[in-house]
Amino acid sequence: MDTARVDQLKKIANGVRKDIVTQVYSASSGHPGGSLSIADVLTYLYFEKMNVKADDPKWEDRDRFVLSKGHASPALYAVLAAKGFFPKEELVKFRNIESFLQGHPDMKHTPGVDMSSGSLGMGISAACGMALGAKHQGKAYRVYSILGDGEIAEGQVWEAAMFSAHYKLDNLCVFVDRNGLQIDGETKKVMNSDPLDEKFAAFGWNVQVINGHDFDQIDKAIANAEACKGKPSVIIMDTVKGKGVSFMENNAGWHGAAPNAEQYAQAMADLAAND
Amino acid sequence: MADKIATREAYGAALAEFGAKYENLVVLDADLAGATKTGVFAKAFPERFFDCGIAEGDMVTVAAGLSTTGLIPFASSFAMFLAGRAFEQIRNSVGYPHLNVKLGATHGGITVGEDGATHQCLEDFALMRTIPGMTVICPCDAVETRAAVEAAILHDGPVYLRFGRAATPVLFNKENYEFKLGKGIEIADGDDAAIIACGVMVDVALSARELLKSEGINARVIDMHTIKPIDEELVLKCAKETGAIVTAEEHNVIGGLGEAVCGVLSEKLPTPVLRVGTEDTFGRSGKVAPLMEMYGLTPQNIAEKVKAAIALKK
Ligand SMILES: Cc1ncc(C[n+]2csc(CCOP(=O)(O)OP(=O)(O)O)c2C)c(N)n1
Repeated sequence: MDTARVDQLKKIANGVRKDIVTQVYSASSGHPGGSLSIADVLTYLYFEKMNVKADDPKWEDRDRFVLSKGHASPALYAVLAAKGFFPKEELVKFRNIESFLQGHPDMKHTPGVDMSSGSLGMGISAACGMALGAKHQGKAYRVYSILGDGEIAEGQVWEAAMFSAHYKLDNLCVFVDRNGLQIDGETKKVMNSDPLDEKFAAFGWNVQVINGHDFDQIDKAIANAEACKGKPSVIIMDTVKGKGVSFMENNAGWHGAAPNAEQYAQAMADLAAND
Repeated sequence: MADKIATREAYGAALAEFGAKYENLVVLDADLAGATKTGVFAKAFPERFFDCGIAEGDMVTVAAGLSTTGLIPFASSFAMFLAGRAFEQIRNSVGYPHLNVKLGATHGGITVGEDGATHQCLEDFALMRTIPGMTVICPCDAVETRAAVEAAILHDGPVYLRFGRAATPVLFNKENYEFKLGKGIEIADGDDAAIIACGVMVDVALSARELLKSEGINARVIDMHTIKPIDEELVLKCAKETGAIVTAEEHNVIGGLGEAVCGVLSEKLPTPVLRVGTEDTFGRSGKVAPLMEMYGLTPQNIAEKVKAAIALKK
C-alpha cells in the first residue's frame, strides 16, 4: 500500500479508538478491549474496501458486514459515524435509553448496521446467509464478518464453517480477532483453540494469519481472499486487546469495564500521542 | 369418509406449488427433507433448496441472513429441533430484528408416535408465543395448511408454522376456504359451550361435539389456526354467547393455545375455561390412537371437560 494512504488510515483508526473510549466512558459501560483490537481492520474495511453508501445504508448491492462479536459495537459505531452513516454526536449517547446505539448492534434502528448481533456464534451464520443470497441472486457484493477468538468455541461457528465451505462461499471473508483474551482470562486457558489455522484449513477454508494492526498485511490478505475462488476465506489476525491504551493493553480486566474520569484522561492522552 | 392427509404432506406440496408463483421463495432443511416434505420442493426447484446438514441453529441464522437479501426463506425441521434446539437463534437472529423468515416445523405433538418423547414436541407454542412479533400458526388440515403457507409468504415478518406427522382428515373444501391470519373459524355452531381447538384437535373437537349432541348439549367448535396473534374478538364472542369454554391442543396445557385464551378472558371477560392438552408431561412411544387416549386427547376427554365447564357457569 501507498505509505501516504497507510498514514491516513492510521489517523482514522486512531480517531476511531478515541471514539471507542469516549463511548464506553460516556455510557459508564461497554467493552473497550475487544473494540480497540479491531479498530484497524474495521477502518480498513469501511474506508478502503467496502462498497457502501452512507446516504443509502440499505442499498441492495452494498458489501455487507456482520460484527459476530457484537459486544465490540463501539468500534463499529465509531467507524459508521466517521463514515457519515449518522452524526458523530450520537456516539456519546451509546447505551443511553434514548439512543439507537444499543449495547449490541441493532440493524433495525442503527443506520449502517447490516445484522443484529450480540449473542456470540450467530453472526457468522448470518454472514453465510447473506453470501449465499448474493450468489443465488447473481450479485457481486462481498460479505465480511469478525469473530472473537473466544467466540469460536461456540459450536455454531463450526456449523457455519462447514456450511460455507460446502456452498463454496468465496464471497465470504471472515476475520478472527485473535487477541488471546476473553472474559475469564487467556483463551488458551479457558478453551484452547490451537491450532486455529489448521482447524479452518481442515474445514476447507482459505486460511491466512496476519498481524491485525498492520494495514499492509490486512490489504494483502483481503486481496488474496478476493482472488481465492471456490472456498471461503478466513484471516486470523493476531491483535492486542485494548490496543492503543497503555493500561488496557493485554489486560482481560478491560474486556467489559469502563474507565473512570482519570483513566479516561489517561487513555485519551495515550491515543493523542499517536496522532 | 373424508380423505386423510398429513399436514406435513400438504406443507411440502404447498411449497412446491408456491415455488412457481413466488420466485424469491427458498427452502432450507436440516437433513430431514424426506420427513418434513421439503424434499418435494427440492425436487421441483433444486437450485432454490439448501440442505444445511444436522445444524438447526446455523440453518435458522443462515435463513435470517438470506432474508436480508430479499429472499423469503422457509427453514424446516422437526418442531423439537427447530423451536427447541434453535430457540435462541430464532429469538435473537430472527425475532429481535423481525426478519422475514418462515419456520416450517413438522412432527409437532404426540402424534409423532413411535419415535417417542425426544421427538414429540409439546412445548413449541409456548416457546414461540413468547417471542415479540412472532406469528404462530397450527393448521388443522391439508386445505388450511396450503392457505396458511401462502399467508405466511405474504406476511412480512417471522412466522412459525406447526404441522403434524400423522395423516388426518381433510375438513375443509379448497374451493371455498379462506384463511385470514389471526382470525379463527367457527366450523360448527352451538350455544351451550365453545371448544376452541387447533391442529389435529379440531377434528377431535368435532367428534366431541357429536358425543355431546346425543346428550342434548350443543357445543360450538372453533378452529383457532392462529395461536398468535390470538383472535380476541372471536374468543370474547364465544365467551359471551356460550359462557363456557374448553380449549384443545396437542401441546402441554402450559403455555399454549389454552393459556392464550385464558389470557384474553381473565383480563376482559372472566369465564370458565378448561384446557385439554398434555398435562405437563413428556410423551412416549406408541401408536397414535392409544397415545391420544393415554394423554387425554380424545373426543371423550373433550366432552367431559365441556360438561364440567358448563357446570361452572354461574
Ligand atoms: C452466546 C453468548 N455467550 C456468552 C456471551 C457473553 N460474552 C460476551 S463477550 C464474551 C467473551 C468474548 O471473547 P472473545 O470472542 O475472545 O472476544 P474479544 O476478546 O475479542 O472481546 C462473552 C463470553 C455472549 N455475548 N454470547
